[in-house]
Amino acid sequence: MWNYEKRLEFPVNITSPNAKLAQVIISQYGGPDGEMGASMRYLSQRYAAPYREVAAILTDVGTEELAHLEMVATIVHQLTKDLSMEEIEASGFANYYVDHTVGIWPQAASGFPFTAAQFQSTGDVITDLMEDMAAEQKARTTYDNILRLIHDQEVCEPIKFLRAREIVHFQRFGEAKLTDLRGF
Amino acid sequence: MMNIRFANEQEKMLHDVNVLSFVVVELNLYLDTHPNDRNAMEYFNHYNRMANQAKKEYSAKYGPLTISCADTMGCNEWKWALTPMPWEGGCN
Repeated sequence: MWNYEKRLEFPVNITSPNAKLAQVIISQYGGPDGEMGASMRYLSQRYAAPYREVAAILTDVGTEELAHLEMVATIVHQLTKDLSMEEIEASGFANYYVDHTVGIWPQAASGFPFTAAQFQSTGDVITDLMEDMAAEQKARTTYDNILRLIHDQEVCEPIKFLRAREIVHFQRFGEAKLTDLRGF
Repeated sequence: MMNIRFANEQEKMLHDVNVLSFVVVELNLYLDTHPNDRNAMEYFNHYNRMANQAKKEYSAKYGPLTISCADTMGCNEWKWALTPMPWEGGCN
């Protein structure tokens, strides 16, 4: 089971709304390499993990991804708070706004909805861990792209934190794969 | 992170919780794939105790961070629901 901690893993305090940035960053909420897919991928794969260490790392990284999902949602929420109708129209946010107002909904930057079709759970621990390592790199690339598109320090700091976590998770999944190989 | 200026004591205490909890997350993940590393276990025990203490102290002053810290301590209000949510910004 899970418990909630009423705090963010890393603080997010954005004081200047910017719907343009929100539309890019929402990809890490419900996009192809976003935190929702990451969390669901690891938390689904763990049942087929034949080694305790692997089940443990999938559980704990999958849990941390939920904290990252909350950070990304917070960034999008704060970037879209208190916008005027003029700002919504001028920033190209009208297409999102018409369906969701400023509610948080899992989609890619392109508008494509979140789908489980973007990750696998194969039941094969080596295959799954290789996918997980690739997933961390893809998410890191997406954060790199976001960092090239944004310059507001208040947004960059939490994004840089999230980017760094992808690298640590990649490392841990690589070590988990060695755990498997020692079993052969 | 050496020269952070805090607006108030609450912000400082939450920062301490965040820093200590982050060390615990890092050691947790490391130990999952190095379950026999005794040095890491010692680090974990040390920082986990500090993080738990910091959460307890923050919760007693500014409202519960976890349901296990949500004892109402004679207060007639359910603070768990009434303190700000973390996405509200400011000191969260």
